Amino acid sequence: MRRFSWFNVTSLTLGFAFLYVPMLILVIYSFNDSKLVTVWAGFSTKWYGELFQNQAFLDAAWVTLRVAVMSSTIATVLGTMAAYTMVRAGRFYGRTLFSGMIYAPLVMPEVITGLSLLLLFIGIGLDRGVVTVVLAHTTFAMCYVSVVVSSRLVSFDKSLEEAALDLGCTPFQAFRLVTLPIIAPAVISGWLLAFTLSLDDLVIASFTAGPSATTLPIKIFSSVRLGVSPEINALSTIMIGIVASGVILFSLISKRNIARAEADARAAERT
Amino acid sequence: MAANGASVFAPWDDPDQTPLIRFENVTKRFGDFTAIDNLSLDIYAREFFALLGPSGCGKTTMMRMLAGFETPTEGKIYIGGQDMGPIAPNQRPVNMMFQSYALFPHLSVYENIAFGLRRDGQPKDKIEARVEDMLRMVRLQKFAKRKPHQISGGQRQRVALARSLAKEPKLLLLDEPLGALDAKLREDTQFELMDIQEKTGTTFVIVTHDQEEAMTVASRIAVMDEGRIMQVATPDRIYEFPENAYVADFIGDVNLIEGTATPSGEDEVTITWAENQQPIRAKTQRKLATGQKVFYAIRPEKVGISKEEPTDVVNKAKGRILDIAYLGNLSTYHVQMPTGEIIKAQSANTRRIARRPFTWEEEVWVSWNGTGGSVLED
Ligand SMILES: Nc1ncnc2c1ncn2[C@@H]1O[C@H](COP(=O)(O)OP(=O)(O)O)[C@@H](O)[C@H]1O
Ligand SMILES: [Mg+2]
Repeated sequence: MRRFSWFNVTSLTLGFAFLYVPMLILVIYSFNDSKLVTVWAGFSTKWYGELFQNQAFLDAAWVTLRVAVMSSTIATVLGTMAAYTMVRAGRFYGRTLFSGMIYAPLVMPEVITGLSLLLLFIGIGLDRGVVTVVLAHTTFAMCYVSVVVSSRLVSFDKSLEEAALDLGCTPFQAFRLVTLPIIAPAVISGWLLAFTLSLDDLVIASFTAGPSATTLPIKIFSSVRLGVSPEINALSTIMIGIVASGVILFSLISKRNIARAEADARAAERT
Repeated sequence: MAANGASVFAPWDDPDQTPLIRFENVTKRFGDFTAIDNLSLDIYAREFFALLGPSGCGKTTMMRMLAGFETPTEGKIYIGGQDMGPIAPNQRPVNMMFQSYALFPHLSVYENIAFGLRRDGQPKDKIEARVEDMLRMVRLQKFAKRKPHQISGGQRQRVALARSLAKEPKLLLLDEPLGALDAKLREDTQFELMDIQEKTGTTFVIVTHDQEEAMTVASRIAVMDEGRIMQVATPDRIYEFPENAYVADFIGDVNLIEGTATPSGEDEVTITWAENQQPIRAKTQRKLATGQKVFYAIRPEKVGISKEEPTDVVNKAKGRILDIAYLGNLSTYHVQMPTGEIIKAQSANTRRIARRPFTWEEEVWVSWNGTGGSVLED
């Protein structure tokens, strides 16, 4: 291991402190016995208990979970299809424009995405609720999924699919039996990414949710405006836990994915 | 031995035979690049047919059109008399062994071989028996449970072969199947392939850029260049009677001597080729005009070398040894004429090095008889 200079150590420490100290404080205060958020009065888990008594929060959590599962699943299906088509179609007229349009929502300000979706839903007369949030989350999560999946597909050996066709598969069977199992890790990590994105989205959800489908981030945001309660801290801690697990799982899978692809490449060279 | 062009197996000479594969004026273009150029070709059942040519001449494209991954831009391909135009790859009685093997990395050796059989919805015990047969044939029973990345290159190649033969296709396409193997394994596998081909009675079409490999395994060879077929014939005919300078030059080592023809009687021609040299007298069926430019092709092993002027041969020339290539059992002498032409002569090394009769710079005679070479038109 190389040693870091004092400058590096300082900047690393400051950087990580900047990123994680606020969260750490939040986590610590979620175990505070006192009702006052700023005064430490001993360790307690009572706020977690109260949190699970609070019907409004539980409802919001249920909505969030449903939205996240549905939108990330739909986004994974659509994003994988989009990636497959873009990678397989080869060159066609307008390809660059097309792929640019898939990636554009990644950099689009969320406010604009949210606003435009809101206008669309009003325009077509769709009542705001769980369905509209799911649609909205699917829209932007799909782009992330397609980025993750297409980066795997680019290195996918096309002759594997041809071999499947040659051995009697229909094109759909070839995809299901050969392509999909091989790219599965990328698809799963795409799903995880979409899931965590949906879980912690506030902006787009507040444009598209409507009163009947309050998600957790919306609920937290609106309660905080009335004052920070230790309950919110507890809830946030749980969310941090879930999102962090998602992200860690995502990166573990991608890492294994890369290692696997490298092993395949080495094996191919050895032949 | 059916596979080696023995006298009994020659359906291409029998006008009553219908070919298994027929390319009819097939042209394939990629954009404005013509990969296959108005090509017609018949291949018969039970043949071991080799497509031979340099890299990029369109061999893989021919295979891919047979398998159904590419469609001809013009012309038609028939397999068993049926127009393949509207037939999808998964509906063709054809299996292909890919240049990269294309084994499914997520499936075991066993599952790879069973893959095609499962698609046909055959009963389980039948599939099992067939896979076991295949594993035995390629001697991989012990490796059935391994994944492709857990076996060696040679073993992978055998899995690919077993997988493509499992469905008992009418026609097996092999795209440079031995390209990745080292010389020794390659040779063994060539004989194994011939053996399997004979046992199963499957028609094999093999792609290779290695002429020795084509000569070893094939019943007939098509020599290709830039999307066209230069000659189709049995290995011995390709070697002994090349139809044009390209084939003569591509197959084996050859002296290509450029000269001017003068017909000199029934099936005979004399060729003036260098100043102060006796013209070459050669047999040929070709109808040549006086003064026509021709090539005379003769293999080095048909050219003798001697110190004294030979008296009993029709063609001879005197020169100086420029180079000697020692090939173990043989030596090739590069003999330069006073006018600069080089003629290669080969002779067997029956004596030990110290007692070799010829050395560098020595004046020698090269000689050959009238039927040893072929006269080729430009
Ligand atoms: N899909 C393709 N698009 C464009 N050009 C191609 C394609 N496939 C093959 N070619 C070209 O056609 C020619 C013949 O290719 P190929 O059949 O693979 O040659 P070989 O197998 O004899 O080496 C090559 O010049 C190659 O670049
Ligand atoms: Mg090729």
